[in-house]
Amino acid sequence: MNTSAATQVQPLAEAAPRLGQGWLAVWSLGLREWLRFVRQRNRLAGALGQPLLFWLFFSEGFRETFQLPSQGTMAFREFFFPGVLVLILLFTAIFTTISIIEDRREGFLQAVLVAPVPSWALVLGKLLGGTAIALVGTLVFLLLGVFLKLHPGVWGVLGTVVFLFLSGLSLTGLGFVLAWRMDSVQGYHAVMSVVLFPLWLLSGAFFPPPPGVLGYLMMINPMTYAVGGVRRMLFLQGGPLNSGDPPLWLCWVVTLAFCGAMILLDMAVTRTRTQGDLR
Amino acid sequence: MSETAVQIDQVSFRYGKRLALDGISLSIARGEVFLFLGPNGGGKTTLFRLLCTLIPLQQGSISILGHDVSTQGDWVRRHIGVVFQAPSVDGKLTVWENLRHQGYLYGLAGRELRLRAEEALEHLGLQDRRNDPVETLSGGLRRRVELAKSLLHHPQVLLMDEPSTGLDPAARSDLWNYLNLLRDQQQLTVVMTTHLLEEAEKADRLAILDRGRLVALDSPGSLRSQIGGDIITIECEQPEQVALLLQEKFQLSPTVVDHTVRLEHAQGHQLVAQLVPALGPGVRSITVGKPTLEDVFIQRTGHRFWANQEETTSASHLSRETDLP
Repeated sequence: MNTSAATQVQPLAEAAPRLGQGWLAVWSLGLREWLRFVRQRNRLAGALGQPLLFWLFFSEGFRETFQLPSQGTMAFREFFFPGVLVLILLFTAIFTTISIIEDRREGFLQAVLVAPVPSWALVLGKLLGGTAIALVGTLVFLLLGVFLKLHPGVWGVLGTVVFLFLSGLSLTGLGFVLAWRMDSVQGYHAVMSVVLFPLWLLSGAFFPPPPGVLGYLMMINPMTYAVGGVRRMLFLQGGPLNSGDPPLWLCWVVTLAFCGAMILLDMAVTRTRTQGDLR
Repeated sequence: MSETAVQIDQVSFRYGKRLALDGISLSIARGEVFLFLGPNGGGKTTLFRLLCTLIPLQQGSISILGHDVSTQGDWVRRHIGVVFQAPSVDGKLTVWENLRHQGYLYGLAGRELRLRAEEALEHLGLQDRRNDPVETLSGGLRRRVELAKSLLHHPQVLLMDEPSTGLDPAARSDLWNYLNLLRDQQQLTVVMTTHLLEEAEKADRLAILDRGRLVALDSPGSLRSQIGGDIITIECEQPEQVALLLQEKFQLSPTVVDHTVRLEHAQGHQLVAQLVPALGPGVRSITVGKPTLEDVFIQRTGHRFWANQEETTSASHLSRETDLP
């Protein structure tokens, strides 16, 4: 340590709160998520590779047998496409929140918890960083839609991106609240496989809501409205819409409400300390 | 401005049913290097967590620079620097990126942040490592990055939890030189926890915590001088019988600690000359020494410093979580 240089230390400055300090923290926390992501390239390969394989194998496998109810004309590849978009989003978004467990284990989180950062800034920083990461993979995949001869138009594309963004925030929010209370990545994976697959399988990504219990379960799954919203946006300029999706306005309402609820829940959960904070 | 940097009044804290802190009261003056010494499970880390606002107070009150940690937490956070036992740096980011991130969290940006980060790098000798990912640095260098981070916003009170952990003796000595300099130059108040007895000697004042209670509070020299003269330690096969003999025959007040007989005496050497013939062959060794802080600890607690090694500070007894107010 350069102790001689320390003799030039300036007098203490009064640390005053600054306008927009919360947003500076949001930016910093989000940027950090992004830097960590791009420095671990295998994460990107994993995030894009798995859904791509899902889409290719399933759409080929179901091509001959899939038929929508009531004179459906939509090919499975097209029907399944929005579902895969949401799948990429779901997996990447939720798994970015593993960083909370790592941050806590590595000690990084405790420094944030004792910094003069409001809880909303901590939550938004994490959520926006995770959503940005998740959106990159999803938007790259969205470009593949060109090969499907989808013509959503400008509003359709914009609406799709907004739906994906809001759903990304909600899903990172869901991951946040689950990750906050956990102290092992293994435990998180176990819980996630139980939560994620039903969330996705019952979202209308694979099949339209059937009559009976399964149909009701799909109605109460917020992801149904994300998949439905994206599908309606992508086929905004006409095309077959007999996919059993909820009406567009309801998709907006549920997606916005789910997003808001998750952010509020995350803010509440940051006020609790877990065993991991007190190691 | 208040001359008291930290005021702790009747602070108690429980993890579930276990009492981790039991009615602690003390005050720390501005510019003091103050140390909480105690074995693991003594309560010092809990007190550190309360001071740095990581966990909420359950009972009692703490104010830092005249501001209450419970009601003015945000003000307190802006004026304290915190160094955790487990470094809070991000290994995937470079040294510079870690400092920039810390600056953003404390509302520093632009030129001011650059200047302060440069200053911190220079003072801690990290200029040539600024673009290295922190995960590639040694433990000692990481600790320096941690210290640089915690000083970036020019705190007035620096709180450190076991900062010497993982440092070699040279790095430990550097750390102390730097802390003393900061104290002298900027009247920085340094509050740290340690379980290292030799480190405690370097503090201006220290508080000894044992099982959640404050058992001693003074400068290291004063604490030692409160023990009369020399410390005589007798290792023998039957310590209880030897202690009884010393009481009856020599009118002394020995204590048996961890199978050894201990006593304090003004003229230790002279006494030993009388004791050896009287005690007989059961004695394995008799030592005479000047009192150390461990002797202070034994005198105040009745047990050895290292006797209570079970880790009870942390989460094992913690109820699932603690709600902030």
